Amino acid sequence: MRIDASDLHYRDLNRRIREAAAAGTKSFDLLNVNGQRYIGDGIAGAEVEIDIHGVPGNDLGAFMDGPTIRVHGNAQDAVANTMNAGRIIVDGHAGDVLGYGMRGGELLVRGKVGYRVGIHMKAYRGRRPVIVAGGTAGDFLGEYMAGGLLIVLGLETTNGEPLIGDWCATGMHGGAIYLRGEVDPRQVASNFADLRAADAEDLQDIRESVEAFCEAFSLDAGRILGDGFMRVGPISHRPYGAKYAA
Amino acid sequence: MSEEVFDRGRRTISGCGLSGMMSLTGERVDGRAIRASIALLHERSNGLGGGFAAYGIYPERRDHFALHIMYDTDEARRRTESALEDDFDVAQDERIPTRPHPGIVNPPSLMRYFVLPRASRLEEDGATAEDYVLARVMRVNAEISDAFVFSSGKNMGAFKAVGYAEDIAAFFRLDEYEAYIWIAHGRFPTNTPGWWAGAHPFTLLDWAVVHNGEISSYGINRRYLEMFNYQCTMRTDTEVMAYLLDLLIRRHELPVEVACDVLAAPFWEQIERMPEERRRLYSALRQVYGGALVNGPFAIIFARHGEMVGLNDRIKLRPLVAARKDSWLYLSSEESGIRAMCARPDLVWAPRAGQPVIGRLGSEVVAGEPAHGGRIAVGQEATSE
Repeated sequence: MRIDASDLHYRDLNRRIREAAAAGTKSFDLLNVNGQRYIGDGIAGAEVEIDIHGVPGNDLGAFMDGPTIRVHGNAQDAVANTMNAGRIIVDGHAGDVLGYGMRGGELLVRGKVGYRVGIHMKAYRGRRPVIVAGGTAGDFLGEYMAGGLLIVLGLETTNGEPLIGDWCATGMHGGAIYLRGEVDPRQVASNFADLRAADAEDLQDIRESVEAFCEAFSLDAGRILGDGFMRVGPISHRPYGAKYAA
Repeated sequence: MSEEVFDRGRRTISGCGLSGMMSLTGERVDGRAIRASIALLHERSNGLGGGFAAYGIYPERRDHFALHIMYDTDEARRRTESALEDDFDVAQDERIPTRPHPGIVNPPSLMRYFVLPRASRLEEDGATAEDYVLARVMRVNAEISDAFVFSSGKNMGAFKAVGYAEDIAAFFRLDEYEAYIWIAHGRFPTNTPGWWAGAHPFTLLDWAVVHNGEISSYGINRRYLEMFNYQCTMRTDTEVMAYLLDLLIRRHELPVEVACDVLAAPFWEQIERMPEERRRLYSALRQVYGGALVNGPFAIIFARHGEMVGLNDRIKLRPLVAARKDSWLYLSSEESGIRAMCARPDLVWAPRAGQPVIGRLGSEVVAGEPAHGGRIAVGQEATSE
């Protein structure tokens, strides 16, 4: 199903998608999208595929439960908010607060990602949310992270461009963050998280996700996995446990 | 101003919308593009205020201060005009042209005056023309109830109201003005009332600022500004931002970059990591200008003649996106807001926390533009059926 989203309000656009999906439509091509919020929100069904041409608005794929969304361009803020299952692929860059409270599924961004990516993402009953960023990430990566997997690959970065921003893993109490390349230890919140070189077992842990990323963007997974990764993991599962209750 | 407070019974969760566009070569365009951008960000506002500032719109009166004043009563107008007659040579006075719009309800009387400070009084004062105007703007706003000066620069003007920004653009007939800088705001008031004078932009002389966020240091900033004879009368936190810019940049002559480092100062732990010389500079700025540090989440766009600047708070708690196309610089709360003004930008990027994006007239170099490519838009071919 093709929908020309030019000058279409998000409510009309999303109602058409929801009604068609409920009636059994599996494939959507959205053209001329610019800023429409909440696309794919709450849609269920692993067979549903939504292709977006243009820049979708905030909260793309929030509460989504199974579908695949591909953005042929950049995405804005709050992609995969509280997402449950499915896959979102962004060919360009994406903004801040990606994967907020995400509980399952995958978010694969070819380019850079913004601030507070993976904030409070969590694993849930056998589900394990994954975010892979091909470029660099901003400050507060994995803030209050409770579970899941965050991977920053730093592909095609140039000299002097930091892989991540400051205050990575602030409040972290679960999950794991993998960073491909050098990281200034002062960028990681040492009162919440440990930073160390990833070992062979860790690389096994991220292999599947890196391969999925490379398949989505036609890249060579073997070469990327061969480079040195650092791993950030929580020191405690209850970092604030002693703060408010003795 | 009858401080009538509008509350449409809605407190939908949202955030204000900001957009700005500047021609680095001074090319002037009408208000349709900026209106399209702020209209696209409609969901970020709730109809309780919006506005625009435009630079280069009064070339035939470029040497006069253009005072835009709103009155709620004839008495306020009489008192204000009597004060203006005493202090200024008024070259021209007229109603600000408007077009009735169903979305704009009960507008106050909207007037503009092209004025020059009366030479004899200015000499008595011994002040600069700008400080002379500033003092009189402050006096009207603080002492004459039901009158508010909402714009006081040369060859520029602010246009603001209660309503949605795109309706406000139609109401003020912004398609009939041409400017080389346009900034715009769609308001979602959180802690402060929605009323005409409290809409954005906030202006003083040729400063205009639009803001998304909350200034939790408002009380400290306000008291600090009072020491320098700025009086906050608009009951909205953003007002302090306009006066801080005037104090830091015009009166204290700080470079714009340094003023931004005062407003969005780095944390002490970041200052500790800096090389010696920078550490000394930033320590001194925090010590001297502690009262001007703006705490809380914000994204702002501000302008004066020749410059448009975008700035985030130091941990980027509000969104801001920048773009370039030929000799134009664009700023917006969302990338889609930029694409509503400029469908195919050459470069799109997300400014870092606390680091200003500065466009300057006559310079193709934009401060804050990523040196190494930044966020280049990919795969953005416009498709149609």
